[in-house]
Amino acid sequence: MIKFQNVTKIYPPSTTVLQEISFEVKDGEFISIVGKSGAGKTTLIRMILGLETPTSGEVFFRGQNISSLEGDYLQDVRKKIGGIHQDYRLLLNKTVFENVAYILEVEGLDDIEINSQVPKVLEAVGLSDKLNNFPEQLSGGEQQRLAVARAIINHPDVIIADEPTGNLDPYNSYEVISLLEKINKVGKTVILATHDKEIVNKLGKRVITLEEGRIIRDESKGRFLI
Amino acid sequence: MINLKRAFSFALTDFYRNKGISVSAIFVLTLTSLLVTGLFLTHGVSSYLIDTIQNKIDITAYFKESTSEQDILSVKDEILANAPNTKSIDYVSKEDALSDFLQRHKESEVFSKALIEVGGNPFLPSLNIVTGGNTTQYEKIAEILEGQQFEDIIEKVDFSEKKATIDTIFSITRSVNIVGLLLGLVFVFIAISIVFNTIKLIINTAKEEINTMKIVGASNWFIKAPFVIEGGIFGLIASLVCLLLTVIAVLALTRFISVILPGFSLVSYFFSNLFLILLIQIAVGVGVGVVSSIIVVNRHLKV
Ligand SMILES: Nc1ncnc2c1ncn2[C@@H]1O[C@H](COP(=O)(O)OP(=O)(O)OP(=O)(O)O)[C@@H](O)[C@H]1O
Ligand SMILES: [Mg+2]
Repeated sequence: MIKFQNVTKIYPPSTTVLQEISFEVKDGEFISIVGKSGAGKTTLIRMILGLETPTSGEVFFRGQNISSLEGDYLQDVRKKIGGIHQDYRLLLNKTVFENVAYILEVEGLDDIEINSQVPKVLEAVGLSDKLNNFPEQLSGGEQQRLAVARAIINHPDVIIADEPTGNLDPYNSYEVISLLEKINKVGKTVILATHDKEIVNKLGKRVITLEEGRIIRDESKGRFLI
Repeated sequence: MINLKRAFSFALTDFYRNKGISVSAIFVLTLTSLLVTGLFLTHGVSSYLIDTIQNKIDITAYFKESTSEQDILSVKDEILANAPNTKSIDYVSKEDALSDFLQRHKESEVFSKALIEVGGNPFLPSLNIVTGGNTTQYEKIAEILEGQQFEDIIEKVDFSEKKATIDTIFSITRSVNIVGLLLGLVFVFIAISIVFNTIKLIINTAKEEINTMKIVGASNWFIKAPFVIEGGIFGLIASLVCLLLTVIAVLALTRFISVILPGFSLVSYFFSNLFLILLIQIAVGVGVGVVSSIIVVNRHLKV
């Protein structure tokens, strides 16, 4: 479903972030990408969304070369991917409810549908009593959970989660990860970038370890070893 | 359809949530609109001024009582042959002059009584000549009328306006027009750059927002529409505010202007051009609002 083929990313003038990265993510897989801070996890994930272009090599989503997509074709791919970003990327001018609703509005759902679905998802991430707050009126952890709610609201085929537990206490981390596991159980693909050792080890799923821009390990029942 | 409705509701919500920004955008748009309206009204006043001056009868030639119409018309032909750009030459017969006079003073008994006392028709046939402000034509006509050729039939020539006065007024209006136009252009330019920068400021604060919308898959149109609508709303409100201010200003200035320019009513000029003025104000407000939002949003859509 997602395929990296000899991907190298060099930020001008000469910061090499990724080198000759190749791997494939199958439909329905749960895959963790681990590595030290600065290893290139976020860069790699942003490439799947077409937010960074490889300096060389290709990234494919369902056989389409992402960097060759433009305009609405690229937007269609982005719609099919639920992204949880390290910096949350919330709409600061919209309330909690509106942030989640926006995704469904982009898809053109009607208000009845939106009004029934959004509260359910916000309930699932424990934000039911903050519907009318603006992101700036939320704690870091709450913002992160809002980002999670937004990523899963439209049941995308793939969830890409960049440090979705970075700001959460152990209880909420556990909640978010089990939410991702649940989504994976119904057949969705999950890509998780994290440096939380405990989470990765507990998952017992495929792990790709990045170091200095290269894949140094790719194991199907991997552990966090650095 | 549902998308359009959403775009409107996004725009209205944003408008309400960013009140400070909305107010400043409306303020600059109102300023621009006012400026253009002001230029329009100034143009009206000055073209009225020019028209009145140009249409003033500047030469009247009175003929001896016994002169035949044919002779008078030959003078007219002579003038037209030598000064072809003359704006108008009207022949007024004795009878016309009398009825004209009676018409003008029909309310005043004194005049009619005076006329009866005089007995008969005391008026002389005449040619009323409008040169249209061209000095050389003016000189030529004067030359013909005062020359020897028609000495026998012309009783007297009345140069109702002194040439020098006309000249000064003309040079004043001409320079007023040029300076006004230049000033106007400068102001419009300044206004547009202020508007543009204000809207840029607004949308720069929305830059992150636009970025995020793209990241979650919204199409360009879906992102752009609310901003464009918001720009339009700013413009519409600005035009309404501008209209209100213009009406107040017109009412306040009318008296003052009719003192300087007798016969010119700013109020009636304004109301007889209301539709055009409205159109200009809406075009400027909404046009500038919408166009500048489009330009600035487009810049941020490249994610
Ligand atoms: N726009 C950029 N220009 C130059 N260098 C960049 C840019 N973005 C990222 N980098 C560099 O690329 C490297 C990898 O960054 P990246 O964000 O992918 O790391 P990461 O693995 O996600 O780290 P973390 O765990 O801290 O989130 C870092 O050294 C960073 O400084
Ligand atoms: Mg990162």
